[in-house]
Amino acid sequence: MTAHPAGGRSAHRRPARSRPRRARGLAGWLFVLPALAFYAVFVLRPVTLTFQYSLYDWNGIGASTWVGLANYGKVFTEPDLFDSLVNAFQLIVFFSAVPVVLGLAIAATIRRIAASRLALVARTVLFLPQVIPLVAAGIAWSWLLASTGVVNQLLTLVGLGGVTRAWLGDFATALPAVGMIGAWVLLGLCTLLLLAGMSKIDPALYEAARLDGAGPWREFVSITVPSLRQEIAVCVTVTVIAALASFDIIYIATQGGPGNTTMVPGLQIFYLAFSEREVGTASALAMVLMLLVIACALPIQWFAKDGNK
Amino acid sequence: MARRVRPGRSGAALMIALGTLAAACAAPGSNSPQPQATGASPMSAAPACGSAPITMNGYFETGFPLPKALTAEFTKQHPNVTWNIREDQFAVITQNAPRVLADNPPDLMRLPQVSELVKDNLLKNLDSYAAAFGWDKWPASQLEQLRLGQGGRPRGEGSLYALGLNMSMTGLFYNTKLAAQIGMSTPPTTLAELDQALEKAKKAGITPILQFNGGATGGLAFPLQNLMASYGPTAPINDWIFQKPGATIDTPSNLQAVQHLEKWIKAGYFQKDVNAVDYATMMSRFIDGQGLFMFNGDWESGNLDKQMAGGVGFSLMPPAQQGGKVAAMSAPLTFGIAANAKNADCAAFFLNWVATDKRAREIGVEIGGSRPVGPADAYMPDVSSDTVTASTLAAGADIAKDDGAMDFIANATGAIYAKSWTPNLQKLVAGQQTPEGLLKAVQSDYAGQLEGN
Repeated sequence: MTAHPAGGRSAHRRPARSRPRRARGLAGWLFVLPALAFYAVFVLRPVTLTFQYSLYDWNGIGASTWVGLANYGKVFTEPDLFDSLVNAFQLIVFFSAVPVVLGLAIAATIRRIAASRLALVARTVLFLPQVIPLVAAGIAWSWLLASTGVVNQLLTLVGLGGVTRAWLGDFATALPAVGMIGAWVLLGLCTLLLLAGMSKIDPALYEAARLDGAGPWREFVSITVPSLRQEIAVCVTVTVIAALASFDIIYIATQGGPGNTTMVPGLQIFYLAFSEREVGTASALAMVLMLLVIACALPIQWFAKDGNK
Repeated sequence: MARRVRPGRSGAALMIALGTLAAACAAPGSNSPQPQATGASPMSAAPACGSAPITMNGYFETGFPLPKALTAEFTKQHPNVTWNIREDQFAVITQNAPRVLADNPPDLMRLPQVSELVKDNLLKNLDSYAAAFGWDKWPASQLEQLRLGQGGRPRGEGSLYALGLNMSMTGLFYNTKLAAQIGMSTPPTTLAELDQALEKAKKAGITPILQFNGGATGGLAFPLQNLMASYGPTAPINDWIFQKPGATIDTPSNLQAVQHLEKWIKAGYFQKDVNAVDYATMMSRFIDGQGLFMFNGDWESGNLDKQMAGGVGFSLMPPAQQGGKVAAMSAPLTFGIAANAKNADCAAFFLNWVATDKRAREIGVEIGGSRPVGPADAYMPDVSSDTVTASTLAAGADIAKDDGAMDFIANATGAIYAKSWTPNLQKLVAGQQTPEGLLKAVQSDYAGQLEGN
């Protein structure tokens, strides 16, 4: 909730004076109550419980032992757990940077041909991955990336048979490969958001720029990108969170393998809680992940707002 | 337009929020009802299902038709018993087992590794049933893996907590057509002969071994454990799996086994993409005739007889020396009764019926493909001798003779497979782990997991 101009506020207050304040406040609370109840039960309570669990050594069933912050110590000292956090940050490159940069380029291109039927087709095709469940995307891509899959067939066809491999089973390529699946899924979302943002830009700006002799590149850098600051911030926020909290694509495509090269916190939490039955450590990692997501998302939000002034 | 919430109001919001959170105050686990440890008390008569209508709650594994076939036949013979069956993938059962057993106790349930379930008092102690039905007179090897000491450790001795619907067994399946191509008319009888066959296949452009090792399922544990049993005795391996004090997997003969496996990897005997191959892919490639050998279990016998009729053979892993003892991973298809199950007596009666009823044993072989459990002299259904099912059943007898049954090294603890064997075997394939390092890493994970439980 941001501050509002004083004039707007007083204009808002005036009609309220005729009614008792108390009743008005109560009615407001009644309207908020259902949402608040859901928020408390499904967000606040789980977060608090997770924090509580993270302070115990507990197998999910039997008695628990208070261990203080020892589980948090484990998160940062056990290489398996810490490496999963590092992997999540590497995924940001694929889940965020690729879709946003590529999305900008594609959106700019589509805008230039906005009137043609091709633009509609391109928009639909690019957005389609968003509609497909992530699990289905994961399965389809694990077929495409298999050693006999389409990707390798195409590579062989163009004479690159030497680089073919089981992309998801190779230590060097597994993480970039799952990253590309994420990029494919998120590209459509970013493109559509950016395209919507572009339609709000005043065409007069472009016209003026053109009169001043600006080319398409200059228009893009000086008008399009700065005007899209907020949309870009939304794209980056959504995709960074998707990278840090990734689970489905990786669970389907590699299950964290080979040799933990694609292990991410979401998957690690799941394994810790349900196969190793270390609910305390899993909860601690979950809390760390939540704080990391907030720590990454807040500056982006702040950056977007700053530009708005 | 958003309006600023005044402090007094946000205080009320905080109260509401805190009220919802109040439930979170007690230490976790302290509020969940603790099942009573079930001790064994002698029974006056063998339990049965009675004659009143009774609905049994079952929790079975998806994709394995045997339990449902057995329950259907049971209802045919005992019409007062009907079944309410829930099915899940084995991985899901593994993850859900403790909570399901505690919150919604099934009468009969397909069980994952049982140590931790026994530790938490979630499973019924079956000792009194064993005495009443005479299960303790069956060959000891059928029950050994399901016996547990106080608090779930060690396994292999103590009270009985589960029973097998049958005993499955693993070994080497081979494609007879491809075997003929390299002049292999009978399966190898020593490890050296197996090595020669693998080399010949490789030279002939045939993939020597089809195996899975992708995702969280390190299937190279199959050949590895077979190699361990070729190089050394099975008892220390079982001790390790059973969590006996002081047991270690890092032994000289196991090191030879890992080194041998590494030799196979470096010689290119597995597919190049083995780290990306899952179980289903391995099966479809084998059925498609893409490789000579496959390390797998007799749960596939029936399936392979159908899909490659006459084209597949089975052999136990050959010992290192001619005439040495044979060994195999052999484990019961584990079913147990929840500690708080409503119809425990009927469930125990069903388990006994599976092992002793003639028709049930036939179903066990026809549909399950594995050896039924039960008394040593029990009825053994006839199987056509040219099928792979016949070979796997016969191999089961050889294993019993040499006392060569081992549990699976992946069953040592609940997490050892996904979190330790699998990543380390995948690293071995990629050349990022040494045989010495692999055994040390697994042993250290194992010790850590035992400490944590």
